[in-house]
Amino acid sequence: MPGVGDLYRAVILEHGKAPRNVGRLGTATHAAEGDNPLCGDHVRVELLVEGERVRAARFEITGCLVATASASLMTEAVGGRSRAEVRALHDAVAATCAGRPQPGGGDLGALAALAAVRDYPSRARCAALPWETLARALEAAPEAGAPDRKPARDPA
Amino acid sequence: MHPLSPRPAAPPAAALDPRAVRRQFPALAQRVRGVRLAYLDNAATTQKPRAVLRALTAHYARDNANVHRGVHALGARATAAYEAARARVARFLGAADAGEIVFTRGATEAINLVAQSYGRSVLAAGDEVVVTAMEHHSNLLPWRRLCEQTGAHLRVAPVDDRGVLDLAGYERALGTRTRLVAVAHVANALGALNPVAELARLAHARGAVLLADGALAAAHVGGVDVRALGCDFYACSSHKVYGPTGVGALYGRAELLRAMPPWQTGGEMVLAVGDDDVTWAPPPLRFEAGTPPIADAVGFAAALDWLEPLAPAAAAHEQALVTHAAAALAAVPGVRVVGPAARVAVVSFVVDGVHPHDVATVLDDAGVAVRAGDQCAQPLMRRLGLPGAVRASFAPYNTSDEVERLVAAVGRARALLG
Repeated sequence: MPGVGDLYRAVILEHGKAPRNVGRLGTATHAAEGDNPLCGDHVRVELLVEGERVRAARFEITGCLVATASASLMTEAVGGRSRAEVRALHDAVAATCAGRPQPGGGDLGALAALAAVRDYPSRARCAALPWETLARALEAAPEAGAPDRKPARDPA
Repeated sequence: MHPLSPRPAAPPAAALDPRAVRRQFPALAQRVRGVRLAYLDNAATTQKPRAVLRALTAHYARDNANVHRGVHALGARATAAYEAARARVARFLGAADAGEIVFTRGATEAINLVAQSYGRSVLAAGDEVVVTAMEHHSNLLPWRRLCEQTGAHLRVAPVDDRGVLDLAGYERALGTRTRLVAVAHVANALGALNPVAELARLAHARGAVLLADGALAAAHVGGVDVRALGCDFYACSSHKVYGPTGVGALYGRAELLRAMPPWQTGGEMVLAVGDDDVTWAPPPLRFEAGTPPIADAVGFAAALDWLEPLAPAAAAHEQALVTHAAAALAAVPGVRVVGPAARVAVVSFVVDGVHPHDVATVLDDAGVAVRAGDQCAQPLMRRLGLPGAVRASFAPYNTSDEVERLVAAVGRARALLG
């Protein structure tokens, strides 16, 4: 089915209806919350960062299928990656959702499914919200009481 | 002051041919995503008939000049057209005099004007402003801000589980310190029609004035009569009554406007500027600082020329579409129609397990334009326990065929995403 079926393709439906990594990390070192005032979506992203590596990511969301799928795919994609890799992934997804060429031109894997939002400009914000929140979580000072309280700085 | 003759009684609503109406709207002839556009987002803004587009073009092509300034021919024509537009709005709203109409940027600015001019000059700490729980943010936030500025308290009259105003709760919200009441004439999110005349009577009995927000109502209740409503202020927007964006109107009772201080200051709103003193212009110009939206006011008047003869039939036609849509949507498994049983121009609904924005995207793909989300009424959505809703809203150019397309597309959204 052309058109909207391209946005709601299998991977988006699957992650949107049965999202992975939902909930909180008891051991989160970083967290941030984000809102999309246009539609009322709200997301909280939590990360466990050890040194330069994101060990785990979880999220809680009140939002649409596209935002939920984006958050689920994101938390799967960033686990085990370095901060620099996560940042590069963030930039690549942001470019793809906006219909710009990807920096680096790499293969996004399952995240490529998010590219269909470029045909629905009003929905691009939905896909971008979890990623923007992830970026802010990484920039934020480590959570008080978190096990890893080293100042978070990206050398890249 | 230009006294207006009383309005003739509205003729009985003749049946309306939506296809004939439709042909007057160029924007409706297009296809989106390869399919015919079904524009069901009229509560957000209406499309514009050719008569309005022509009025705008003709004004700019022939009469363009600033108003109330130039001694030249074009200035005189522009001023005459702008003041004729004011008289047109006065007639449409049933005002006693054209001087009771202030042109604003829209309904939002009209409400802010009342809050900042009337409200700030009248309210003292401990006084009360009453709104309802169904208000659009534009008829809530100006009052919250006013209360912060003056130390007055905001009281919210409750609604029931269907979003209908609780009249007993409204009466309880009114008190001896109530100075001002602000209510939607028709609530934008659910289409509830408020009994403004009754609410005004109760407010007046306590010495308060009442502002009715007519942003949605103006085009959809078959005609507005501010004197029959008994309201003291009435706010509306041109773009929701088939006119251009960028202009709206505030009706204010003459004696209230006369006593109100300026809000914004600048050119046009002043008579004499001495070195140390200023004489403000009388209303309505006192409230129109700067060059007003002249061409848009002319277009606004053209829209009312177009709408007024049609208004009773349009309201009846919209009522038929609303009834059809509410029944057909309620019959789709997993769809819940929300809001009052008696709705004006609007049907709001939710689909089990599918976020309103996802529903709206599937509808957009089928060429059906609707609004989805909190409808700028977050307190109401919280009250009703909704994560937002999908809203279809109707105009005289909509057809029952478009209602069927809406219902089919909602079924598809449910099948695809539910």
